[in-house]
Amino acid sequence: MIVDIIDKLRRHLPLLAKFGLALLVVLLLWDIFLLDKSKAYTAVESLPGFWSFFGFAAAVLIIVVAKTIGLIGLQTDEDYYDK
Amino acid sequence: MISDFWLHPALILIIGACAVPFFRGALRVPFLLLIPTLSFGAVLSMTPGVYGVINFADWELVFGRVDSLSLIFAYIMALMCILGTIYGLHVRDPYQHMAAWFYVAGSLGVIFAGDFLVLFLFWEIMAFASTFLIWFRGRARSLAAGYRYLMVHTAGGLALLAGIILHYHATGGDLSFTALDVSQPTIATWLILIGFMLNAAVFPLHSWLPDAYGEASVVGAVFMCAFTTKTAVYTLARGFAGMEILIPLGVIMAVVGVIYAVLENDARRLLAYSIISQVGYMVAAVGIGSTLAINGAAAHAFAHILYKGLLFMGVGSVLHMTGTSKFTELGGLYKKMPRTLLFTLVGCASIAAFPLFSGFVSKSMIISAGFYGEHYWATFILLAASAGTFLYNGLKLPYLIWFGESRCSAETYERAADPPWHMQLAMGLGAFFCVLVGVYYPYLYGMLPNPVHYQPYNAYQLAETLQLLGFTALAFYVMRRLLLPIPTITLDLDWLYRKAGTVFLWLARKPIQGTDTAVNNAYNTWGLNPLMTISRFWSWFDWHAIDGVVDGVARTVRGVGDRVRHLQAARIQVNVFTTVAIVAVLLILYVFAN
Repeated sequence: MIVDIIDKLRRHLPLLAKFGLALLVVLLLWDIFLLDKSKAYTAVESLPGFWSFFGFAAAVLIIVVAKTIGLIGLQTDEDYYDK
Repeated sequence: MISDFWLHPALILIIGACAVPFFRGALRVPFLLLIPTLSFGAVLSMTPGVYGVINFADWELVFGRVDSLSLIFAYIMALMCILGTIYGLHVRDPYQHMAAWFYVAGSLGVIFAGDFLVLFLFWEIMAFASTFLIWFRGRARSLAAGYRYLMVHTAGGLALLAGIILHYHATGGDLSFTALDVSQPTIATWLILIGFMLNAAVFPLHSWLPDAYGEASVVGAVFMCAFTTKTAVYTLARGFAGMEILIPLGVIMAVVGVIYAVLENDARRLLAYSIISQVGYMVAAVGIGSTLAINGAAAHAFAHILYKGLLFMGVGSVLHMTGTSKFTELGGLYKKMPRTLLFTLVGCASIAAFPLFSGFVSKSMIISAGFYGEHYWATFILLAASAGTFLYNGLKLPYLIWFGESRCSAETYERAADPPWHMQLAMGLGAFFCVLVGVYYPYLYGMLPNPVHYQPYNAYQLAETLQLLGFTALAFYVMRRLLLPIPTITLDLDWLYRKAGTVFLWLARKPIQGTDTAVNNAYNTWGLNPLMTISRFWSWFDWHAIDGVVDGVARTVRGVGDRVRHLQAARIQVNVFTTVAIVAVLLILYVFAN
């Protein structure tokens, strides 16, 4: 059953991607127009779509920093310690 | 209050562990299930109080300090022991079960310890027993990793012991383990803190963890991921709540764990780095120290033991069935291991703090405590690390093992299948508890050490989390090419002692041995030869001038020269060792004499 569901989803990958994007847009619109931000802890959270931007930027930053650290030589062969 | 009868759950496990080799055949599985269940039952039946008080020499040892903080940790650890044992039912070697139960007994012993002496005793049991969980993998690499693990933990244990001795001295003989004075830490406080921090894998004392857990046996890793670090979190929460340096250290752990996990090629090492990252939240919460923060640390430890155990079971199943846990040798396995995928996804959703899963109700507590305590920078960085957690654990891990293109060899793909029933059962139970905690959170909140006035589900919190996770997924989708696996390792601080070992060997072989030889040669030339010449002269003088009257003198001089030469030729390492040992004994004498 699980396999069938996944197979079906994989066959409709472009549709799935569009669905995902639509969800993100809905979330963003919710944040901008409807959400009650009186529970926010800081002023910066009141900016429209703050958490959307924060999530995207944090993920990109983490990937870039990790890749940079890998490139400056910390990433090495798997048998490094056996040599 | 001292009760007449109090059965320590650790004692049940220790007695059970000693009996495991005698239960074979049809009795083996029932016995393996019975002992952890009894131990869990013993925890469930406890009421707060002080039990198991024993007078030993001049000390009053407390084995059973039962309160809300020790109970929640004991509850989840005893529960995890049941899950781990079910997961490992296929292991026929009784000694592996013994090691695992001794290890859990060590943790439970620490949790209930009311004084530092009992704590230290169980602390060391934990370290030694868990070393065997690494060695039982049976590879040459595991042997080496086990030795490194043992040495690192022995060093940590020594720091702890030194701290305890100094603390004992400073308090005039008080060994009770209560909150230490964190506003004016003494050397004793720092040493105890270092001992605890090493077990909690606090940066920069963290690199033993991926080194050891990546090499442990499949079942061993399931146990190890739950106990050592969370026992340390308990001791930190008990002794160091409000110690502010733990906030930046916790934040660094959260970030370093994420960065290394993003780069990691081995799924179990990825999970190991993820432990460092998640324990970072707990350490930071202990540093914040408010009642909400300590609740958050305990709640997150509870949730973490469940989802991390589940994740190690899922990835362990992949390793158990296919023989590899490297992303470069896996991929596209959803058709072969669908149930493992489903259970692991529950673990992924829980660690990523998806609403309705366990991580959400615990992590949000720490985040709120951070904001309420006005630690804005720390809290925002922890939130950024949450995005990273979803990135490597919620997206990268399942994508590279179950989805995406297959990088499996024909043999790996052929061998891949859902694991035996008991492994699936353990994963199913783990998944059940992850969802239970997320959906019916009063189950968890009711056990927390401080009264709870916190409500995790509100519109703002949901909007915040869903946006954070949703847009992280978008970033993953855009940059997924960058995250494809490459067969590498990433150097960590264990490099210092792994390579320093080589340097030390080289030093021992070349300069030190060389110096030793040179000193010998120099002594032979400049020390012994003149002595010999003088003694020959005296011998001649003796022989020719005094003619045997005082002929003993020459022989004495020659004899002394010979003896000095032999003393010098003794191995330099032995001399160094003797010196260090004498210094250590003098230090201990000094401490006690004062």
